[in-house]
Amino acid sequence: MNETIATDRTKRNADNLELSGKGGLEARDLHAWFGTHHALADVSLHFPERTVTGLIGPSGCGKSTFLRLLNRMHEFIPKSAMAGEVLFNGDDIYAPGVNPTEIRKRIGMVFQKPNPFPAMTIGENVLAGVKLAKIKVENKDDLMEESLTRAGLWKEVRDRLNAAGGSLSGGQQQRLCIARALAMKPEALLLDEPCSALDPISTLRVEETIVQLSETMTIVIVTHNMQQAARVSDYCAFFLSNGGPGRLVEADLTNNIFNNPRDSRTADYVQGRFG
Amino acid sequence: MNFTLASEFESVPHAEPRQPWKNTKLTILRSVFSFTVAAVLAALIAQVTPLAGRLGWFVAMAFTFPAVMAVVAYKRGSRAMADQMVTGIVLIGFTSVMIPWVSIVATVISRGLKAFYVGFLTTDMLVNQPDDPLNMGGVSHAIVGTLIQVLLASVVAVPLGIIAAIYIVEIRGRGAGVVRFFTQAMSGVPSIVAGLFVYATVVVTITHKFNAVAGALALAILMLPTVARTAEEVLKVVSDDLRASSQALGASQVATTFRVVLPTIRSGLITAAVLGVARVAGETAPLLLTSQYFVKFNTNIFDGPMASLPTYIFSSLGVGTDNSVARAWAASAVLLTLIFILFTIARLFGGRNRKSH
Ligand SMILES: Nc1ncnc2c1ncn2[C@@H]1O[C@H](COP(=O)(O)OP(=O)(O)O)[C@@H](O)[C@H]1O
Ligand SMILES: [Mg+2]
Repeated sequence: MNETIATDRTKRNADNLELSGKGGLEARDLHAWFGTHHALADVSLHFPERTVTGLIGPSGCGKSTFLRLLNRMHEFIPKSAMAGEVLFNGDDIYAPGVNPTEIRKRIGMVFQKPNPFPAMTIGENVLAGVKLAKIKVENKDDLMEESLTRAGLWKEVRDRLNAAGGSLSGGQQQRLCIARALAMKPEALLLDEPCSALDPISTLRVEETIVQLSETMTIVIVTHNMQQAARVSDYCAFFLSNGGPGRLVEADLTNNIFNNPRDSRTADYVQGRFG
Repeated sequence: MNFTLASEFESVPHAEPRQPWKNTKLTILRSVFSFTVAAVLAALIAQVTPLAGRLGWFVAMAFTFPAVMAVVAYKRGSRAMADQMVTGIVLIGFTSVMIPWVSIVATVISRGLKAFYVGFLTTDMLVNQPDDPLNMGGVSHAIVGTLIQVLLASVVAVPLGIIAAIYIVEIRGRGAGVVRFFTQAMSGVPSIVAGLFVYATVVVTITHKFNAVAGALALAILMLPTVARTAEEVLKVVSDDLRASSQALGASQVATTFRVVLPTIRSGLITAAVLGVARVAGETAPLLLTSQYFVKFNTNIFDGPMASLPTYIFSSLGVGTDNSVARAWAASAVLLTLIFILFTIARLFGGRNRKSH
């Protein structure tokens, strides 16, 4: 195994974590609809600053929907609706007058399938957000290097920044997408099953990246990989749907979710007994 | 932290769905307010400057509306101001594009209504002259003739066009480049040349008479490139993963194309057909050389001229009296309505691409 992932986060001491606090992201009584289909109900969750939270649960229980509500991506789906509040550093991102593109700049997102922009080189991909959002940057080369370094990709691509983004391996492409998100200097990062299309080595590299990033930002990661949740997350939230809307069953320190869950369904799920 | 008890799981707490990203009443009110202020300002400007009349007011409005929109957003920051100004410019642009379109339709409909009575749709011109009073005679023969000829043309051109696109995109045959070149070149053929071509090859040498099939062939020649090019563009959008997934199940290329690819782009193919119909439904010149015009419905599509709405309009205009020109307007309105109905039907039956669950 990779040496650099030394900390199994389940063994992190709860005392070191700030359990409450104004910062970070917070969902309050959040609901989501697709047309009349009630997809997610009554989720309240707090993601403290500089922590990693893993969202786990079977497919279709609303994890992606929840994630997309956190940076105002849900509204792109026609006829979608929501209820509740999402607080970012204390402010409701759904309040009237809030500019959704501004929110998406501050809360980055990485998707399941690596999707570098095909018409851009590796370097252009990293700076794509900066360019598309017309953000002024003093030194683009520095930003590019810094983003790629933080995404753990710099050493591998520094000699081929002008190659097409699609010429990288899947794992490298995903880290390129993370670098692309990081170049926006987001305060939070949402990752939707970022490793499900990657090989184990690339997965470890991405996990390493996530752990490093959590020193400076709030991270929420959806994963189907229990070991991954255990390796990277400080907190875990277990979602479930019984045919109706997806619900939050339980959220706690990752250690508690895995070793001492309060709900029997959580125990069944993390031990692979159903789902 | 949070914990939902198992017993609570069944009862979903009530919540009212909302869409905070939609325009609120306040923003709509703001726009209405901005519009009113800008309209008054524009009227004032039109008064004191050489800008005159309704057009002058509209030109002034093109400046005052975005400006007022921006000023109203002043309190919400420069980004909101820019956003509102662009919204204003877009609305003005939209309106200036819509004005000619609406006025064409309005003119055709209002002039057409003057010569319109219910019998216009049910009678033909067998016993009437184009100059007769406007409460007799009609275009039933021309409506049926247009429907028949456009339908026949579609039956030929839509499948052929789609097959050409399949050949270019799916089969990627050796002649793909040539086929693409010729379909592209065909789209530049003037419609009267298509008519002349069918006149020379079909009417003169085979049938020796004007007939509806010849008319439909001429229309098909004009329709084919539109359908083929559109279908090709739509086919190109289908991802190769989809084809690979089907082929990996052991599906043949034919099965993949017809059972997976084409159903995926059904609404795109309907758009291709609709664009093709739109291209030819109003064509007059090719029909004058092939199916000509006749005062009543012709039941034989192979023998003798057949009326159509464009040739009816053409012949009525040619007579040139008040009543015959009024008839031409009414027939134009009927043609517009007919095309609109055809498109609506096409959209209703094929608009939905994805199956909803
Ligand atoms: N674009 C959509 N339109 C309609 N329903 C959707 C859409 N996306 C997701 N859903 C529904 O919302 C529910 C939750 O889906 P999702 O959030 O993708 O689950 P997960 O990510 O946990 O697998 C599912 O029942 C799914 O069918
Ligand atoms: Mg998902």
